[in-house]
Order: sequence, then C-alpha cells, then structure tokens
Amino acid sequence: MKTTLLLDIAADAAGDRRAFGDLTFAELRHHAQLAASWIMEQAAGQVAFLGLNGSVVPTLLFASGYAGLPFCPLNYRLPDDKLNQLVARTAPSVLVADDDMVERIGDHDGVTVVSRSAFEAEIGSRILPEGWAEGDGEIAVLLFTSGTTGEPKAAVLRHENLTSYVMETVEFLGSDEGEAALVSVPAYHIAGISAILTGAYGGRRIVYIPAFKPEEWAETAAREKVTHAMVVPTMLDRILDSVEHEHEPLSSLRALSYGGGRMPEPVIARAMKLLPHVDFVNAYGLTETSSTIALLSADDHRAAFTSEDHAVRRRLGSVGKPLPSLEIQIRGEDGRTVLPTGQSGEIYVRGPQVSGEYLGKKITDEEGWFATNDGGWLDEDGYLFVEGRLDDVIVRGGENISPGEIEDCLRGHAAIADVAVLGMPCTQWGEKVAAVVVSKLEVDCEELADHVRSSLRSTKTPEVWFFEDELPYNETGKLLRRLIKERLSDDEAAA
Amino acid sequence: MKYKPGSRWKSAVCSAEMVVVRPPKGDGDLACGGSNVLEHDSAEGGSGDVDSAFSEGVLIGKRYVDEKSGIEVLGAKPGQGSLSFNGRAMHLKDAKPLPASD
Repeated sequence: MKTTLLLDIAADAAGDRRAFGDLTFAELRHHAQLAASWIMEQAAGQVAFLGLNGSVVPTLLFASGYAGLPFCPLNYRLPDDKLNQLVARTAPSVLVADDDMVERIGDHDGVTVVSRSAFEAEIGSRILPEGWAEGDGEIAVLLFTSGTTGEPKAAVLRHENLTSYVMETVEFLGSDEGEAALVSVPAYHIAGISAILTGAYGGRRIVYIPAFKPEEWAETAAREKVTHAMVVPTMLDRILDSVEHEHEPLSSLRALSYGGGRMPEPVIARAMKLLPHVDFVNAYGLTETSSTIALLSADDHRAAFTSEDHAVRRRLGSVGKPLPSLEIQIRGEDGRTVLPTGQSGEIYVRGPQVSGEYLGKKITDEEGWFATNDGGWLDEDGYLFVEGRLDDVIVRGGENISPGEIEDCLRGHAAIADVAVLGMPCTQWGEKVAAVVVSKLEVDCEELADHVRSSLRSTKTPEVWFFEDELPYNETGKLLRRLIKERLSDDEAAA
Repeated sequence: MKYKPGSRWKSAVCSAEMVVVRPPKGDGDLACGGSNVLEHDSAEGGSGDVDSAFSEGVLIGKRYVDEKSGIEVLGAKPGQGSLSFNGRAMHLKDAKPLPASD
C-alpha cells in the first residue's frame, strides 16, 4: 500500500477541502502528479530536498511516491561540509533546494540541483503528459539520523510502514472541516513527515511556519485558528512564555501533542494550568518506528495531574500506553530476557509500522523486534516510562544510573532553570556523576547535592557541578549531551 | 491475489467506494449492495439495484470486516449498499480513535 493512496482517496472524497494554505487536496494531488511526471524525466533514484517548510514539502513527498522514488529531506542546519557529504550519498538524485541554499551545494556526480523557484515554475507551466502512469517503488522516505558516532545512517521508511502507521492511528477524513494543524518541525524530522500523511488521510489542513519562533508560532496559531499542533519540549516552554507575555489565549487550540525528547514535569504542569481548554497528548516514537509508538492521552494527563496517588501522579512523566497496533517488551542486558513489570531495561518494539532498517541493513531480530536503544519500564497498568538513551547511562562502580531521574529530581528544586546530568571519566569508579546546571536563583552545590541525596540515594548524587548560562539543544529539542561532554573534557584538560 | 491491500474498488450499484486494508485468506467475492464490486478505474458501473438484503450502507472512514476470511475494507466514499464477502454480510469494525499525535 503506497502513501499516495492516502492522498488519492482524500482527494477523491474531499477534493475541495483545504490541504495546505489555500491549496485543496485535489490541487495538491494534481501538483504532486505534475511534479512526479517531471521527476520521472530526470535520471534520478532519489528525490532530495533542502529547505524550509512550505507547500513544496508535501508536494515533493507525494510526488516522490507517485514517481516510485524515495523522498530524502536534508538537514539545512548541518555545516556545509557535512551537508555536502549527505548530498553526495543521495546520487543519482534530483535535489530541490531553497533559492538561498543552492549556493551551499557543491558539484556532485549524479546530483541535479534545482532551485525551489525553478521547480515551482516548472510545475506551474506543466501539463500532465498523456498516458502518464505512477512508478513503482517500496521505499517512501529516507531520513538521515544525526548519528552519535561515525557517519549518519539513512533510516528507511517503506510505504507499508508509513501507511500502516497512518491507517492504524487516524480515521479517514475523521477531522472536522475547520480543523488545522500547525507544523513547526522541519521536513527532515519524522514528525514533519508523519504530520503530512496523517493530515492528508484525516482531512486536516496543515499550516506551516517556515522555522520555529515562539512569537510567530503563537501569532500564526491565533490567525489561522489552529486547532491541533505538535511541539518538542523546548518549544513548549518558549511558547508558554510567549502566551504569558502577549496574553494570547490560543482560544481555537484544542489539542497539543508533544514528543521528541523528555518533557520536564514543571513545564507540562505549567502548560495545563495556562491552557486549561487544551487536550495535551504525549507521544513517544522514533524515526525507525514511523513516528509514534506510545501515547499519554489527555484524560491520562488530567487524571495524573489531579491525583493524590503517587503511582497515578507520576504518569505525567510517562509516555502512556503502546498503540494497540504494536507490541512492546522490556528486555534485560542480554537482549533476550523479557523483564517483568516495574523493572528497567531496554525498550523493544514490533509491529507493521516499525521499519528498524537502514539503507542496506535491516536491524530487527529474526522475530521482527526492534531494539530502540532507549531504556524504560512499564508500570502495573501498562504505562511506559522512558529513561533516555542507553548510551547516556552512567556506569558508576558497576551501577547503572539514568541521568533522566536525577535531572527530574533537580528540576524540582526552585533554583534550577535547566539541568543536564552525565557521566565523566573517574579513576576510582569508572565514571562519576556530573551535573551541569542553569540556575535562576542563587544556589550552591551543597544544597543541590542534599536535595538529590534526600530523594534519591547517595550514589546518584552528582559529585561534580558546573554552572552554565544555557544548555545546548538541537532545533528539535534534543539535549546535545555529547557537546556538553566535549566541553567539559576540554575544560578539565585546560584546568 | 485479487483483493490486494491498497487495491481500490467501487460498488456496481451505488456510490460507495472502498479500499482493501487486509486481504482475504482464500478466494472469494467482495460485493456491495449484493453485486460484486468493480475495479476503481473500471468504466462500468451504475447499473442494477441495491439488494434490500444488503442495503445498510457504507460509511466513509469506517472499516468493515469478515472474520471468516479475514478481509478488511475501508469505506472511501459512502453509498447505500452494504458490503458482503462470499454472501456473508461484513460488519463494522469497532475502533476507538486515537488522539492526534503528529
């Protein structure tokens, strides 16, 4: 089943509905088919894209599907040398790039670069060739992972993975006609791709902001009467600042989902207080799983928020329950033993939306399970708690320590604005726990250490403390732990 | 296999259109309003009447299943006829919609 089918049936049943800006679903399909016919005249094996959000993104995504070629959006925030290494890997390809980004791309064999304005002019003047027919291809999208070590990997998302995800989670044309979703994540993020597909199938209009800025987000949400939106944790905190300062009530907003990183509980608690009319949904997923695999619903949020019961209250920090269309297991360090409820291990997932595949390499096991490399555990009622990347786990004297738990604890201290906990080399213990703190009130590390010791235990109490003005995040809200680690080791070397 | 996942069909006797989501395990005929469905791009259609035994309608966005064969179909356009597989009436699949997450 191809992703273009999702658009085809929406365009046939609700062709007059608006898909993106003023573009209707019928027009979007027409543009995508025109673009596909042009792509099929190029000697391309992939369709690459470099640029900001706009209607060109859904046009190219569906055009690639119609042409039977993978769509490969590239990260425009990469430095030029890294970007060009990825561009070279897309060959043979046609690459559509924002006009002001074209000059960043060097000469590469087999890569035809076309500016966005030239592409739009081509589509605008084109007539669908007589007898044009869709191409066949199994891969819908290739997304380069950020790659913590070595070369970025190209995650493969097949048509069957993406259509399965969409059809199992969204009702066809289930959205009311007036609904609109605000998309601020970039096209090279899985959430940017899944938003287009679920929007088309659900019949919900998409409103783009080219790149995220909190004031612009709130202003666009109000102007376009946005009803739904997805944000990453760092975005939400900044949006709430803007909501408070500008007195923008976001009155049309009905549902706000968040994911892509750990959401500090104080931020979501603040959001629920400031925007009581909004349904909050926490979604957990990975690129390799075609987006969401577990959801904490709005009802779960409200139940947790108002509960006196610790076990219910703490679910505000969970990612909710796995989707009914897939299975989740927590396994031990051997990668085989399935751990019981309440025990922490590695999260494994299996289901038709799970690709678990990179170009040239399938990494699911013989039974179809994908190891997420995320640590986590399930509570008695099946709520999933994610502890973070296993690579980030600190091993201190043989004990595995998750930074997330310590960070959550420190965020509960009134003086802390932001915090990162990580392991540093230590001759005695192998690794020692270090905390990098952004404070909003004056505080000394003794007090912070006492705070952690009183609620966790002494082995989890940071032994070294650093104070910084801010922590580095990427644009999709992921804390750049590696960068902090590098800085710290440079500092240590200098000292 | 005739009814492949993703294949599109239309009723021969009403305005309903459908997409096969899961294929049937064996051979058989998918019908709407009592008459076998036609391929979506078929030029035929619009002849005959909805059999009153299969007239409960197809709703857009709903899923219909026949447990015995395992076939599952999505209503892509509504119509008066209702779906059957090998003469067995298919019924509405109970599905609780999930909240939007993208």
